[in-house]
Amino acid sequence: MRKSKIWSFMLLMFVALTVVLAACSSGDSSDGDTKKDNDKGTTDTSEEKVLVFGRGGDSVTLDPAGATDGESFKVTQNVLETLLNFGEQNTEINEGLATKWEPSEDGLTYTFTLREGVKFHDGTDFNAEAVVKNFERWANGSEDLFPYYKSMFGGFAGDESRVIDSVTAEGDYTVIFKLTRPQAPFLKNIAMSPFAIASPTAFEAAGDKFGDSPVGTGPFKFVEWKRNDSITIEKNDEYWNSEEPKLDKVVFRAIPDNSARLNDLLTGAIDLADGVNPSDGTTVEAEAALQLFERPSMNVGYLGLTSTRPPFDNQKVRQAVNYAIDKQAIVDAFFEGRAEVAKNPMPSTISGYNDDIPGYEYDPEKAKQLLAEAGFADGFEMELWAMPVPRPYMPDGAKVAEAIQKNLADVGITANIVSYEWATYLEKAENGEADAFLLGWTGDNGDADNFIYVLLDEDNIGSNNYSYYSNDETHKLLIEAQTEVDEEKRNELYKQAQEIIFEDAPWVPLAHSTPLLAGDAEIINFKPHPTGSDRLNKVDFK
Amino acid sequence: MLHYIGKRLLQLIPVLLGMTFIVFMIIRAIPGNPAQVILGQLASKEAIEALEIKLGLNQPWYTQYFDYLVGLLKGDLGESMRTVQPVAKEIWPYLAATIELAFFAIIIAVIIGVNAGIISAWFQNSWFDYMAMVLALIGVSMPIFWLGLMEQWIFGVELQWLPTTGREEVRDPVNSITSLYIIDTIIQGRFDQLGTVLKHLILPGIALATIPMAIIARMTRSSMLEVMRADYVRTARAKGQKMFFVVYKHSLKNAIIPVLTVIGLQTGLLLGGAILTETIFGWPGIGRYIYEAISFRDYPVIQSGILVVAFIFIMINLFVDILYGLVDPRIKYD
Repeated sequence: MRKSKIWSFMLLMFVALTVVLAACSSGDSSDGDTKKDNDKGTTDTSEEKVLVFGRGGDSVTLDPAGATDGESFKVTQNVLETLLNFGEQNTEINEGLATKWEPSEDGLTYTFTLREGVKFHDGTDFNAEAVVKNFERWANGSEDLFPYYKSMFGGFAGDESRVIDSVTAEGDYTVIFKLTRPQAPFLKNIAMSPFAIASPTAFEAAGDKFGDSPVGTGPFKFVEWKRNDSITIEKNDEYWNSEEPKLDKVVFRAIPDNSARLNDLLTGAIDLADGVNPSDGTTVEAEAALQLFERPSMNVGYLGLTSTRPPFDNQKVRQAVNYAIDKQAIVDAFFEGRAEVAKNPMPSTISGYNDDIPGYEYDPEKAKQLLAEAGFADGFEMELWAMPVPRPYMPDGAKVAEAIQKNLADVGITANIVSYEWATYLEKAENGEADAFLLGWTGDNGDADNFIYVLLDEDNIGSNNYSYYSNDETHKLLIEAQTEVDEEKRNELYKQAQEIIFEDAPWVPLAHSTPLLAGDAEIINFKPHPTGSDRLNKVDFK
Repeated sequence: MLHYIGKRLLQLIPVLLGMTFIVFMIIRAIPGNPAQVILGQLASKEAIEALEIKLGLNQPWYTQYFDYLVGLLKGDLGESMRTVQPVAKEIWPYLAATIELAFFAIIIAVIIGVNAGIISAWFQNSWFDYMAMVLALIGVSMPIFWLGLMEQWIFGVELQWLPTTGREEVRDPVNSITSLYIIDTIIQGRFDQLGTVLKHLILPGIALATIPMAIIARMTRSSMLEVMRADYVRTARAKGQKMFFVVYKHSLKNAIIPVLTVIGLQTGLLLGGAILTETIFGWPGIGRYIYEAISFRDYPVIQSGILVVAFIFIMINLFVDILYGLVDPRIKYD
């Protein structure tokens, strides 16, 4: 009786195993999971054009206004649209859901003319009233609900610091924004992914669940979200531009491991992979079935020197560290040359970049001399913090830290490398607990303010100004630049600020990297965007 | 029997309670502020404070712990700070993915491990015995990420036999009902999809099975060697019984008890310890769910996630203890 139970249990296991083996050895591949059987993004069950986009992580929310992470915007960018769009591969202002935009002389009023005949995916009409409702929703929110609204537009309804005073509809297709003060990057902010216009019907009905199934006017409609696994969006047949989109479906898959993601691309399980290691770039280029895409650089990777911690409170020491580090060697070794050596806190594509700055060349002798002048002829001991995670601006923090450690040893500085888990790392750096730390930043809107003010102004000590750099002169210039609407004058202000920052040397700016993507050779019209939010409306298979 | 199960279930309560307390204290000892992580790098001090109040993080720890316990008693596992979803609702798909993978892996591990162990014991000191034990040693000590990427490279990229990551072919997605894709595809009669789902299980299943397989093989071998020296085995042989029957019928029954214990423990470990495998194979399971919650300092998810895994672990061991009685009538429950 009893013994038969254990035997039947065993038998069951054998049966299960046989079924499995039978399943694997079944010759016909009905799932198109190999490159050989897979005629480029189409399965043999249908003629659908499906693009599978592999990336490092899942989205957090699909309500763009509530998101702060790039993986969320990658998806929402294709489901919801903004009033203005960035250029194809730059951050110039183009038409979006608005076809005209006119600032007033004093920069306090903006009049937007909306595109007509556009509908949200749920059939709601897109009009001035819908735009007003979206801005009201954000203005009446709070920072934990709409973090980007706070950081880009200063504050919420009733806040002293708010930039947007009112948004009103005039007729069906005109929206008027009134500002409390001029804001130079206002149009660029409006073009950012978080400020995409959602269907009022949908967000009023869904409340805080809107992020689970977003409704916009975009070229693709939301279909399904299997958390931590995949997000599927499909062609919007009613899209206002009848030429687009070219694809029937896009599936965003979360595959955390970079090597595994590349393996998936090689087997044809995915068609496009984000976050390719610089060291894998050559592998991809050598593979005939694949092509390599370069995302235009809009980032900076740097070594921050906390100016409140001795000896980095001494300007000469900070300059010495700048002279001691061989940036070109670091770029060649760890970015595989796919990066520009940095000399300013922002990349050269950003308006207001000061190219007259000479940058600190690699000069160990000069570094020693400066150290001696500062009273550290015998060097000193310090902690060097290495990032525990790869980021587009810093593919391998540990290795870069080792190279810097060697450079510093050559001038007599003993650097001990330490690392913490990522959230801890950021928190400790934010509290000013690091002597020197590796970090970086990817721009949101391609504006100088989004680099220099965010990363190096005294207003942001305790948030993004991890190096605790404070200088009244640069502060004055940066605040003035925020409200200066004349581009020429504004760029002049930023150039002056970069000169002061260069002298003060609160960082060692290291590199502006070019992040890599890899895809099936058949993909056409895929243009990676510097912000990391790629619009896929023109993408097609040959 | 029922009395015994009741007693065991009662014993669960202090164990789980102690565990919630330890986990609760440990995660709060990790530096890093959930409000800060949720709001991202651009957050202001005021907003972080406001969110802390909203999440109840400004309360003293014992108040937070007490509230959490009261919630648990009502069957409320809390709400994820990150996704603002109830954990009880959100956790199932992840758990299902892990159960499917762990079950598949343990079947492989048991079938191969037990049989390898038996044959090793039967032909002690033969070439098979030495080879199996060397392989078992390699299996225990091989880093899983290396093994996983090698598998992907050989069977996925080079041979093109098997898919490398994920649970399904996303171009033809499974319509999820129970989140257990094997069951879902069978219910819907999509046997083509069932094949695909099984294919996706093989590589991560093998990677996950290596360590338990090796441990089970070694345990079976030593346990069998002990049993085969017993008098009744000699008697059976002397009566002219075939060796195969002696081994598989008489010896195995007595040798299986310690092996069952190991199988139970290993199954429990697979449920929580599959983080590396789940990462390498892009498997949306509970290991990664908890791991990401730790990265985001999502306290309720970490607490309840670990609680659920621990609960399952304990239940599996209870089940194994009951199995003993079925295998060996001499074991009494009282």
